[in-house]
Amino acid sequence: MHRASRALTFSLIALVALGGCKKKPQVAPTPVNTAPAPAPAPTPPPETGCNAACRDSIGRAEADAKNKAIETARIALTATVYFDLDKSDITDDTRTKLDAKVPVLTQNSTVKIRIAGHTDSRGSDEYNLALGQRRAAAAKRYLTDRGIDASRIEIVSFGEERGTCSDEDESCWSRNRRDEFEITAGQITAVQTTSR
Amino acid sequence: MTPLLRAALLSVALTFAPFVCVAAQDSLPPGVRLDLRYNPGTKPGVLVLRVAGTNGDSIRAILQRDFDNGDRINVVAAEETGFPDTPTAGKNGNYPVYAKLGALALVQATPTASGLHVAVHDVALQKVAGVRDFVLSGAPNSREWRMSVHMASDELESWITGVRGIAATRVAYVQGVRGSKLFIIDSDGAFPTPVGDDAGVLSPAWHPKGTHIAYSLVGARGCCQIFVYDLASGSARQISAVGGGLNATPTFSPDGGVIVYTHGEESGTDLFATTVFDRGPARRITVGRGSDNTSPTFSPDGRRLAFTSGRLGHPEVYISDADGTNVQWLTSYNTGDQNYRSNPDWSPDGRLIAYQAQQTDGRFQLSTISLRDKSVKQLTNDGSNEDASWAPDSRHLIFSSTRTGTKQLFVIDSESGRWRQLTRNGGVRLPAWSPPLTR
Repeated sequence: MHRASRALTFSLIALVALGGCKKKPQVAPTPVNTAPAPAPAPTPPPETGCNAACRDSIGRAEADAKNKAIETARIALTATVYFDLDKSDITDDTRTKLDAKVPVLTQNSTVKIRIAGHTDSRGSDEYNLALGQRRAAAAKRYLTDRGIDASRIEIVSFGEERGTCSDEDESCWSRNRRDEFEITAGQITAVQTTSR
Repeated sequence: MTPLLRAALLSVALTFAPFVCVAAQDSLPPGVRLDLRYNPGTKPGVLVLRVAGTNGDSIRAILQRDFDNGDRINVVAAEETGFPDTPTAGKNGNYPVYAKLGALALVQATPTASGLHVAVHDVALQKVAGVRDFVLSGAPNSREWRMSVHMASDELESWITGVRGIAATRVAYVQGVRGSKLFIIDSDGAFPTPVGDDAGVLSPAWHPKGTHIAYSLVGARGCCQIFVYDLASGSARQISAVGGGLNATPTFSPDGGVIVYTHGEESGTDLFATTVFDRGPARRITVGRGSDNTSPTFSPDGRRLAFTSGRLGHPEVYISDADGTNVQWLTSYNTGDQNYRSNPDWSPDGRLIAYQAQQTDGRFQLSTISLRDKSVKQLTNDGSNEDASWAPDSRHLIFSSTRTGTKQLFVIDSESGRWRQLTRNGGVRLPAWSPPLTR
């Protein structure tokens, strides 16, 4: 009796566990899949505390967490960095932002990016084209020095031709002295597990 | 009486016999001086007599404005009444009337079947000093027709002052901030005309014969490739190598065979030279060691280059031999400006280089620097003034300025400081003055 009831309890737990485990490979066939969780299989709902809707929400939560992490990585990789007037030196703020791009590029080796250097409206239109190129090159050099393959990074300049604002004041100028980052190939699929 | 009679007979002959004109032109070659006597440093007074015919007023107005724009002639304003239309010599003649109005010379233009017969009178000597027939082509007041009147103006100015005028020229520039388009405007502000379809045009530069314009074109992915636009055929051809990197600020060599431009990838930008019409490989000129080297301009003999370089950590103007050797730092610190001097343009007579210097208030002002003694002359004060380009007379400059609000093009006489506004549409920049044109 005691034994039998223990065995029943065990088999019930096993059933629940099995039911819980059954679809797991379908929910996430590979740990790097970015596709949304597929619809639950049309099997009758097992008699557990977690029904189809419950499992759906767990799957969604897992997918959401992953998508959020990917989005965070994408934002870090494409975050604009800023420069001082007439300079292409890497400032502390820019270094922090570039450092955050390195693991994203390291873990996603198919991703390629384009860095576009920009300047503010002061300075000569013509010389600013070169300054923008130098800013893009400075960011590329920072990344390649940290192990990123140079062939994955294209650089261009827009000089002062593509300002984000046109006011003649420091708040606008400082926003325009920048490198923009754009993903040109590949997708971010791997994300840091120890992300904060 | 005799010279006038001769002139009259000549002009009658010329009027009815266009082929004789050629002979007359030969006997008075372009560039001949009339030897009018006036004090050096002063401008001779010239009165343009009323011109008969349907387009007479237009012709007279263009001649007067061209002479005025040239800043070498004082156009005697004798309007409406008070002066005779036909000069007569002799004891009872009316030349003294013109002399009283301040005229040393009279320009007497008469419409002919093919264009214009012009006699220039020497008021003091009371005689015709020279005659010439000019062909006016195109419909009256068209772009082509006005250009042929400008050519007559320049020739007359050459007779009177010894220096050819700059009326028969145009200015190329770009208009618009994003996707800027190439335009050409006449030297007197007439006919601002879009050229080609490209959007994102920067830094236009004229071929020395006025037949082509080189420019850099910003693409969707960044700046730039170099194109050469053929004004006759209306087609553009890429001359920078296809591939990555920055290609900008082209300039033609004086013989028209070479374009020098800046090219940069990952360690600064350097000047490169490439042949224009046979697509030879680009040859590197400057060795900037990671610095930026832009905005080249040739000396008129083609043996030297001036350019902007940041090799000292801030932009300055340098000169070197055309192959990049013998680099010299040209511009140096002046009171009241920042360490930012750029965009040189070598004057066609070889004597001066115009450039822009950023002041402590952030605005740019234009200066010239003498290649002989490095003396500097500041030309502008109002607004921010950039991108100076010399006229063929080595005296006037076209530039962009914010002095009246939005960026417009202005012409300044580097000797007197007198200036005039050329464009009336905002957002124009990067002007380039053409060589003398014939169409």
